Amino acid sequence: MDAGATGAFERGVFSVTGLFSRLRSFLLLLALAIPLSGCGYNVIPTKEETAKAAWAEVQNQYQRRADLVPNLVATVQGYAKQEKDVLTQVTEARAKATSIHLDANDLTDPEKVKQLQEAQAALSGALGRLLAVSENYPDLKSNQNFLALQSQLEGTENRIAVARRDYIAAAQDFNTSLRTFPTVLWASTVFRSTKPLVPFTAEAEAQTAPKVKF
Amino acid sequence: MLAVWRTRLAAFVAALWIGAALAAANFPPLTGRVVDAANILSPVAKADLERKLADLEQKSGIQLVVATVASLGGDEIEPYANALFRAWKLGEAKKNNGALLLVAPKERRVRIEVGYGLEGTLTDAVSSLIIANAVAPRFKAGDFDGGVTRGVDDIITALTTDSAEWKPKPADMRAEQNAPLLDSMAPLLVFLFILFVLSRMRRRGRGNVIFIPTGGGFGRGGFSSGGFSGGGFSGGGFSGGGFSGGGGSSGGGGASGSW
Repeated sequence: MDAGATGAFERGVFSVTGLFSRLRSFLLLLALAIPLSGCGYNVIPTKEETAKAAWAEVQNQYQRRADLVPNLVATVQGYAKQEKDVLTQVTEARAKATSIHLDANDLTDPEKVKQLQEAQAALSGALGRLLAVSENYPDLKSNQNFLALQSQLEGTENRIAVARRDYIAAAQDFNTSLRTFPTVLWASTVFRSTKPLVPFTAEAEAQTAPKVKF
Repeated sequence: MLAVWRTRLAAFVAALWIGAALAAANFPPLTGRVVDAANILSPVAKADLERKLADLEQKSGIQLVVATVASLGGDEIEPYANALFRAWKLGEAKKNNGALLLVAPKERRVRIEVGYGLEGTLTDAVSSLIIANAVAPRFKAGDFDGGVTRGVDDIITALTTDSAEWKPKPADMRAEQNAPLLDSMAPLLVFLFILFVLSRMRRRGRGNVIFIPTGGGFGRGGFSSGGFSGGGFSGGGFSGGGFSGGGGSSGGGGASGSW
């Protein structure tokens, strides 16, 4: 482009048209963005992330329980050496439960979810037996360390129950959005690869926390 | 196809029912810091508790609420307490610094439900000790006023002894001051960067591009959003005389006991 009066004039005209074309594309983008978010384009990814966050909390609480177990086993061992079977069961169940790690992306795989759930249920069962057995040892029952661990374990079981409930609700909400109008339109087009999350099944054993009476 | 739709419909109806069941749990309204729906506390003890709890919130921002319910409606106390806590939204939304002492005299169950943000100070073990030592023995003797008062005293002690937990840490304060500054700077930086790029392009001879600042529209939103509005106590309701939760939640921390 050459300098000079005509050049400046042309440049001015050109820039005005440039302004319009930019404005137009901006408006077009705006015109697209509003109905896209209005029609629930964002709903599916948002709900999926919510469910995954809820899952992370479940994992977190399972981990918290696994972290408590070695301490608990060590404390009980000090008072009830003869309960070797129960103690070994707990240790083994813990090892198995911690060896199964479920990534947020594995949540659509029923087989993996089932494995994890079974391993965690086995640990719940073993811990329940351990607490039941410890009732027979008055010294152990009055040990401050044991009492603290016991209340922590109880609290953790309750947190697991809450986290699981939250995850089930979030997964259900997400799965529903994959099947209901209007989000089903997005699910069957743009998010075709999005699969429903496997919800936990209610398990009697895993859902009742070991009860400790004072 | 019909079968598929039928199962979908069934799932939908089930979801509705679950929602309805949760809503129908029939919680007492949050009328104050002491909600004595079971009518087991004396007016004197109630007034005393109200004062202590208001004091605690003013000092630390922690919302501690005492609730007694006539019945748990056949539920265990743990899920009931969690649902009630979440329905009342105790504690500030950002800090989740709420706690609930729930007494169910009919079921002879008591629970301390702790918000996410207080789990570090009012731990399960501490909650359990408070219930076992301060609350349950007095309840057993029929002394609800004494049990609740002592329980609240101990909870407050546990919550406020280590002031490092609830006073803003120097690091937090620094972050709070720096982050909004950086936040509000970011759009400006982006804007300057675009200007810089444009000026470079222009120098290469395409002068017209300078008109791009129609894009100023997207930069502007950022400037106002910074601000220091964040940390206030959303929870308190001192002024109006009413009292409401601040949007906090609980993940089931705490302990329960019976007598």
